[in-house]
Amino acid sequence: MQSEKPDFSPLPNTAGVGYKPQHFNDLIEHPGAVSWLEIHAENYMGDGGRPLAQLRQLRQDFAISVHGVGLSIGGETPLDPAHLARLKHLIGWLQPAIFSEHLAWSTHDGQFLNDLLPLPYTDTTLAHVCDHIDLVQEVLGQQMLLENPSSYLNFASSTWEEPAFLDEVARRTGCGLLLDVNNVFVSATNLGFSPEGYIDAYPTDKVREIHLGGHEVDKDDHDAPLLIDNHAALVADPVWTLLDYTLAATGPKPVLVEWDNDVPDWVVLEGEAAQAALALEGA
Amino acid sequence: MKQFISALMDAHLPAPDGLQDGMAHTAGRRFDVYRNNVVHSLITALKVGFPTVTRLLGPENMNRVAGAFLRAHPPTDPRMMYYGAAFPAFLESHKQLDQMGYLADVARLELAIRQAYHAGDAPAMPSEHLAEIPPEALLQTKVHLAPAVQVIRSDWPVLDIWNDAQTAQSKAQDVLITRPAFDPIPQALPPGGATWILALMQGAKLGDALDAATTEAPQFDMGGPLTLLLLGGALVSLE
Repeated sequence: MQSEKPDFSPLPNTAGVGYKPQHFNDLIEHPGAVSWLEIHAENYMGDGGRPLAQLRQLRQDFAISVHGVGLSIGGETPLDPAHLARLKHLIGWLQPAIFSEHLAWSTHDGQFLNDLLPLPYTDTTLAHVCDHIDLVQEVLGQQMLLENPSSYLNFASSTWEEPAFLDEVARRTGCGLLLDVNNVFVSATNLGFSPEGYIDAYPTDKVREIHLGGHEVDKDDHDAPLLIDNHAALVADPVWTLLDYTLAATGPKPVLVEWDNDVPDWVVLEGEAAQAALALEGA
Repeated sequence: MKQFISALMDAHLPAPDGLQDGMAHTAGRRFDVYRNNVVHSLITALKVGFPTVTRLLGPENMNRVAGAFLRAHPPTDPRMMYYGAAFPAFLESHKQLDQMGYLADVARLELAIRQAYHAGDAPAMPSEHLAEIPPEALLQTKVHLAPAVQVIRSDWPVLDIWNDAQTAQSKAQDVLITRPAFDPIPQALPPGGATWILALMQGAKLGDALDAATTEAPQFDMGGPLTLLLLGGALVSLE
């Protein structure tokens, strides 16, 4: 049942930010470079109250992207039908520009772990991921986007490279891709590959949205750099450079700045969005 | 995935087989990133959901208690806003916390406030509607309360503890939570008030609820709690 509404009305090719309730008044009064917002789906699955009231107001002024963190697309066990129904309800009334989720798992046998956990890239996991995306797109009646993860380790059992895996998922399911440039930089540093090489191998024609975020620098057991994707810092300089490299391949796309922990004052986040808008002008 | 989950939740277990860094070394500390994310994010969710319990326990003790709780009761729902429904009973069963017997009721109050915050919206009826009912019909009337309304009964001065009051007003406290706009407001109920409101929530007529309340507290007057409900926007309709 592909819907009467075959596709989302697209997000603008401008800068957006991840919405945090503490920025509500600032956003209404001084949106600055920010013309669209992304929300985490799970935070708006309550029955009522302030979160939903704020969202109803924000959607008057901003295009909205819904980003899920709890579907567990990469899991072995079937998607939770109750959670999928809640998502359908949210998408139904909010009518967002885009819905996206992660190439990751967070639920197994009904236990939710509240983190985006990694999966090996094999023919078996490819089939699971495609089945799950087929189901989501059938239930929502709309295309979804799939985001590349930030990686700290490899699976010895993987037989696919990540860009080729994502390309194949998109080819089989018709989903679009959300390219997180910070995640590419974090994974490349942690696993010792070239971030530009990843972008070169990535199906940039299927990118519908780009993410940016901050990371912190740690070390592993062998004193090698270990970057942690914590969404709690300014976007790092080499990630801005990688954004320019990416936009040269994709052309202008909606670019989102994520800042989920130690959330800064609005002026700081808006400054990050302004820098993303500047990068888009050069694209 | 079973081995992966077991190792996530128990830092004494080795990282699962088949995980490597980019140089084909075993994953080692890299797996700890996921361990930390899972445990830290769930402890944070509990601290955000139970700020007064956290204050009373102190952050270090809260880390220990929340860590034990999340291993015994991992979430089953991706909505963190509802995580911790079993936390009050867990605190009650935690022997080391026996000297803080009030802690479970404080957690119940915080959970009820959080539930009220996310409860469904229901416009309050104009207060004139109540005045328009002929006095002889009033006791035969049923009232429908907003979904945000909650009642917490405690053998402890739970609201005073929650308010960080220096002196408790009474030994036991029943608490009414209403949500006039978006922020839940907890207020102490007089003796009989909790029984009266809980009866209304179960569909009793005003008169029957009054009988139940006066059986418990002979001096009960429904004027006070009724005013709290009206000011709290808690009366949705009459029947």
